[in-house]
Amino acid sequence: MGNEECRKTGEFCLDPRTVYLAPDFVEACVQNNRLFVKGNEAVAMAALEAGCRYYFGYPITPQSDIPEFLSRELPKLDGEFIQAESEVASINMLLGASATGVRAMTSSSSPGISLKQEGISYMAGSELPGVIVNISRSGPGLGGIDASQADYFQSVKGGGHGGYRIVVLAPASVQEMYDLTMLAFDLADLYRMPAMVLADSVIGQMKEAVVPHPRPAVDLPAKEWAVQGKGGGEQRIVKSLYLGDGELEAHNWKLYAKYEQLRGKEVRWEEFLADDADLVVTAFGSVSRIAKTAIMQAREEGLKVGLLRPITLFPFPAQAYARITGRCKKVLDIELNTGQMIEDVRLSVTKDTEVFFYGRPPGAGSLPTPEELLEQIRKHY
Amino acid sequence: MQQVFHRPVSLKDVQTHFCPGCHHGTIHRLVAEAMDHFELQQRTIGVASVGCSVFLYAYFDVDVVEAPHGRASAVATGVKRARPDSFVFTYQGDGDLAAIGTAEIIHAANRGEDITVVFVNNTTYGMTGGQMAPTTLVGQKTSTSPYGRQREKDGAPIRMAELLAQLEGVAYSCRVAVDSPKNLMVAERQIKTAFRYQVEGKGFSFVEVLSSCPTNWGMDPIKANERVGAEMIPYFPLGVFKNVGNL
Repeated sequence: MGNEECRKTGEFCLDPRTVYLAPDFVEACVQNNRLFVKGNEAVAMAALEAGCRYYFGYPITPQSDIPEFLSRELPKLDGEFIQAESEVASINMLLGASATGVRAMTSSSSPGISLKQEGISYMAGSELPGVIVNISRSGPGLGGIDASQADYFQSVKGGGHGGYRIVVLAPASVQEMYDLTMLAFDLADLYRMPAMVLADSVIGQMKEAVVPHPRPAVDLPAKEWAVQGKGGGEQRIVKSLYLGDGELEAHNWKLYAKYEQLRGKEVRWEEFLADDADLVVTAFGSVSRIAKTAIMQAREEGLKVGLLRPITLFPFPAQAYARITGRCKKVLDIELNTGQMIEDVRLSVTKDTEVFFYGRPPGAGSLPTPEELLEQIRKHY
Repeated sequence: MQQVFHRPVSLKDVQTHFCPGCHHGTIHRLVAEAMDHFELQQRTIGVASVGCSVFLYAYFDVDVVEAPHGRASAVATGVKRARPDSFVFTYQGDGDLAAIGTAEIIHAANRGEDITVVFVNNTTYGMTGGQMAPTTLVGQKTSTSPYGRQREKDGAPIRMAELLAQLEGVAYSCRVAVDSPKNLMVAERQIKTAFRYQVEGKGFSFVEVLSSCPTNWGMDPIKANERVGAEMIPYFPLGVFKNVGNL
């Protein structure tokens, strides 16, 4: 459903009963071709726009707006919504649907994503596309529901067994929740692998204006591997078991080649005031928004500070760090954890670059303020 | 000359890896015959599980997805919802379905997914080397119950066909064996009935098939075959526990 339909109906995602907006405000949003929605709702809208008609999930805070939205909208589009008995079951339903060649997704939050790791590993091994959204929360264990970036390792290093990677996209705005969800479906299909949208409650629960746009025209390969019943053709098998001599090694090198291709072709990042910076702050997702405010405050003080924000966490934009630290020798890495992305930052900067770290592990009241980050900028400038 | 007996077309012309005397081969054949009977080969998507049944795709000439251990009925749910016109079946062992996959089988059954589940119960984990399964009989010695399964510590074996028959979403649930010509003929008929439920879009169908496992039982094929009737059937009675449509 694109802009035209949104304009016509005005009810696609802006049902005032569920979105808590005054009808005249809804009308104004639609007239201006902008929607005022939560990040989680933007994910769900983008999934529908991307042609996803199959959703399998399990309730967990702070992502439940996604299944709630899709449970309402998918039946209208002849899609399927299943609230599964567990995250384990839902990722396997995604595996099954995806194996038949359709676009499908699941979403959850950190503890639930842990449960999905088995299925993600099987999907990676079976070369199945599929989109997994992690509106992460704090941990370890039950932790809390506060914004956290403590799932960086789990997401980008292959959270399950067997040594695989998945595409990981880190939106920093509600608009990016929309854009990157759509991109996740395309990258998943292009590279035949799972793709994750990794955000947190700040981005998932925040409302911002979104300009919805139709699915971009991307040249996607035909899914000649999908199981649909032989229908007179050759037998098709979706599997990750390789027992023949040398088969599994060859399979692993094949997967590795895809990861290398991603590293070469699909890295995305944002640079903000980085060209003349003497100190480059690096941060992804929600905390990069706070960092941006602190950077602007620092600029007002005459400090030449910029931002390098990875948008793809895997593939990691190593080349951007290498280029920027060719000139700027100070990097301040800020994360909502005790230091995870910093390992990739250190591997990517030039040898003589100093890398500083400021982290706030998640918990109630632990989201840093711009002033707090400005203090760190001053300290390391 | 008229040919009166042939390999089902849904089954490949290959040798299986199953041990001598194992019933998997016979059960594969019955499933393939049911597939042929309803002319399902071209629209079937099989879901393989983990264990001796994992090589489903090597023996059945149909499209196959391999599921993680225990998750076959969740995978089958995704397959069937995405492709409602296909015929979807899972083929799972007792460790897979009745231990690690209990949540998935119960909820797929309870939702009344329009799929067919073939459950092979041989009272042990076959591929991993004969460990205790949820269906291992009380007193039965396995590699992880060397003193025999103890009811007090390990619980009693689970009767899945009866358990699932309790669920509203289940249209058909039965238990069969293939240890004698008579039982085999009943099994052939009831597997076809289970298939008919899905063919007619009438809901979730479940066939538990008692099977021998001579290797892990430490028996020769004949003794293992005899054990099915002597020890398994008394605890796991054959019969139809649910048949909502009287098909």
